[in-house]
Amino acid sequence: MQNVMGIINLNLGQDLLKELTMGRPLAALPFGGRYRLIDFILSNMVNSGMQNVGILVQDKYRALMDHLRSGKEWDLARKRDGLFILPPSPNPCSSGGCRGSVENFYNNLDYIESSRQEYMLIAGSHIVCNLNYRKAFKFHKDMNADITILYKEYDAEDELAQYTILNCQPDGRISDMGSQSSRIASRKVSMEMYLIEKGLLVELIKDCQARGGWDFVKDVLIKNIDKLKMFGYAYKGYAARIDSIKNYYRHNMDLLKPEKWEELFFKSGLVYTKVKDEAPVKYKENARAFNTMIANGCIIEGRVENSILFRGVKVHKGAYIKDSIIMQKCEIAENAIIENVICDKNVCITQGKWLKGEKNYPLVVAKGTVV
Amino acid sequence: MAWVENEWGIYVMRKKECIAMILAGGQGSRLGSLTRNIAKPAMPFGGKYRIIDFPLSNCHNSGIDTVGVLTQYRPLALHSYIGIGSPWDLDRRDGGVYVLPPYAQEGGAEWYKGTADAIYQNLNFIDMINPNYVLVLSGDHIYNMDYSLMLDRHKKQRAEATISVIEVPWHETSRFGIMSTDEQGRITEFIEKPKEANSNLASMGIYIFNWRLLRKCLEDDRKNALSSHDFGKDIIPKLLMDGHRLFAYYFKGYWKDVGTVESFWEANMDLLADEPELDLHNPNWRVYSVNPTRPPHYVGTTAKITRSLVSEGCSILGEVERSVIFPGVHIEEGAIIKDSIVMPYVTIGRDAQIYRGIIGRKSLIEEGALIGSINHEGICVIEENIVIPSDAQILENHMISKQKQVG
Repeated sequence: MQNVMGIINLNLGQDLLKELTMGRPLAALPFGGRYRLIDFILSNMVNSGMQNVGILVQDKYRALMDHLRSGKEWDLARKRDGLFILPPSPNPCSSGGCRGSVENFYNNLDYIESSRQEYMLIAGSHIVCNLNYRKAFKFHKDMNADITILYKEYDAEDELAQYTILNCQPDGRISDMGSQSSRIASRKVSMEMYLIEKGLLVELIKDCQARGGWDFVKDVLIKNIDKLKMFGYAYKGYAARIDSIKNYYRHNMDLLKPEKWEELFFKSGLVYTKVKDEAPVKYKENARAFNTMIANGCIIEGRVENSILFRGVKVHKGAYIKDSIIMQKCEIAENAIIENVICDKNVCITQGKWLKGEKNYPLVVAKGTVV
Repeated sequence: MAWVENEWGIYVMRKKECIAMILAGGQGSRLGSLTRNIAKPAMPFGGKYRIIDFPLSNCHNSGIDTVGVLTQYRPLALHSYIGIGSPWDLDRRDGGVYVLPPYAQEGGAEWYKGTADAIYQNLNFIDMINPNYVLVLSGDHIYNMDYSLMLDRHKKQRAEATISVIEVPWHETSRFGIMSTDEQGRITEFIEKPKEANSNLASMGIYIFNWRLLRKCLEDDRKNALSSHDFGKDIIPKLLMDGHRLFAYYFKGYWKDVGTVESFWEANMDLLADEPELDLHNPNWRVYSVNPTRPPHYVGTTAKITRSLVSEGCSILGEVERSVIFPGVHIEEGAIIKDSIVMPYVTIGRDAQIYRGIIGRKSLIEEGALIGSINHEGICVIEENIVIPSDAQILENHMISKQKQVG
């Protein structure tokens, strides 16, 4: 896969998690006790053998830069290739921000064109999975495809209204794609991960820009569905799509199932993230923890149940945490009780407070709040 | 770091004020099978660390950015662990970490024959950097200490050598090098392992020397055929005899030289106190280490963990009490671990029981096995990569190693 360059496009689903993505891009959203969303796609690319990754950032990307820095943790601080941040260049013609993902590609086309790799893998950061791209890439070449789109087939009960659905022929060739409200009756949902030859991508982006289109799916993919050989590649493993607070909560909680924990964190490679040098978790005499995931640096004196604790959380005596997600460096004081709550970073729940959300509508406490 | 004026009259950072030399070649023979394959400084400690993380982190936290690590016994684990020093922020353009094993030269190769000889054989390294002061450290002590305060003291006293000392219980003085000092802190007497001591200030094996003086002293010592080339036995007494200005630096806090299996076990257990003397959770004094790439640990519905340290990547379904659990350990349902140390990537099967055990890296304790017993004081040591078969019983005070497999 050394011949494939990765492009992580952050121009997707930015504002769907309102409170949690106020001060950070979705890619920098903490997930799974010690990670940020971007860690998963970055680790997947690196574990697949890719050595050149560009990140198309949109706005609020300081938190992301702080997390990634030189890319050393992902082994991407290299002399040649490695990690590149591709910022949106200020365009005098466009007022009011970016008009679509194609604009971002277009602005960074020189970087893409000058890369040494012949192929590109384009992906977002909003799907959490542990995916090795080697098989998909082999499929792409075997099929002699112009574009290969990775998809996941969902069960009948899943709500797919807002996703891009693919219709594939038996050999995998995509005959149709669009939203579910259109006439497509399939349950194959695009993972917004595309394999494409570099030259073709550059051509398509230039062509699209010249015609005034800005949307990668509508103006690049759907428009060319008859002209190009597009294939769908089925991914069958664990994939969590983070596109709402409810899904964010649900997918975090899913990691408390040991088989999911194992699949996401071990199955096809390890997940890398920024190292914080926190000490092991300290359980004191009165600590009680059940069905819980706890990251290093925590000190547990209270009771924790069905929850996820990020690095450096302090749970004091008599405190009770249930069905909650507690991000980095929060402090839950004596006898505080919280249930179905998402605490963003550095939240302090003071003594004796009682906070309760609903399972399908968890209460979000914004970063740095003292309750 | 001293600022030096260059030929155009501009201050540029060049000369190192102080560098550290960490003696990390020791075997720790009393630790038995725990150090069969690794040097003592490479021993895992505290649920995530290796012992050498402490002096290396101290260097970083004290602003020392040039560190020589002298290795000799079984250096592979240590060399690969230290690498280029990035975890301790010691991958630097000017300075950084230098691993210094013994080497061959004209006239043959020789081992480091003593602590002083190890430094002597690396005079060329220290000359290359040419610092004002050399801080000599031991790679196998566990403590958090700000060396910059000791250096300040050294300069203030206009000392030629400063030795860090700690008060030890009187009945233990015979294990240490004991100092007597005057009111100013100047050392008047130094006795290595005295039968009867008139002071309880023990040398911690941490020295700051003026480089010029040390250099000369090491050269003289080299020529002395009767010398054992040891800092405590030869260099310090010689300097004292010659009337040099030697001062003590009083250290207060946690400091431990884990020489035996018992003291290694105790030092780990010390961390489990409510407010341990050695605070690993202090954000202002981080202990750095090579971090394993593992997710947060998982605590199952059947688990019960109290008064313990548990690291990343573990999955705990059994009962853990007063124990230190390193990364990637799996403890299955019904297993009971008490007063034990479980090293990385160990698997402990269903209903297995471990009391006062030290379980080596990647060992497998099968279902229902029993190690140690509740009623005994002795510690059971299981070496790395050992399989303890199902329903085996290993009583206290055993060391199970490759040579002595059970079952």
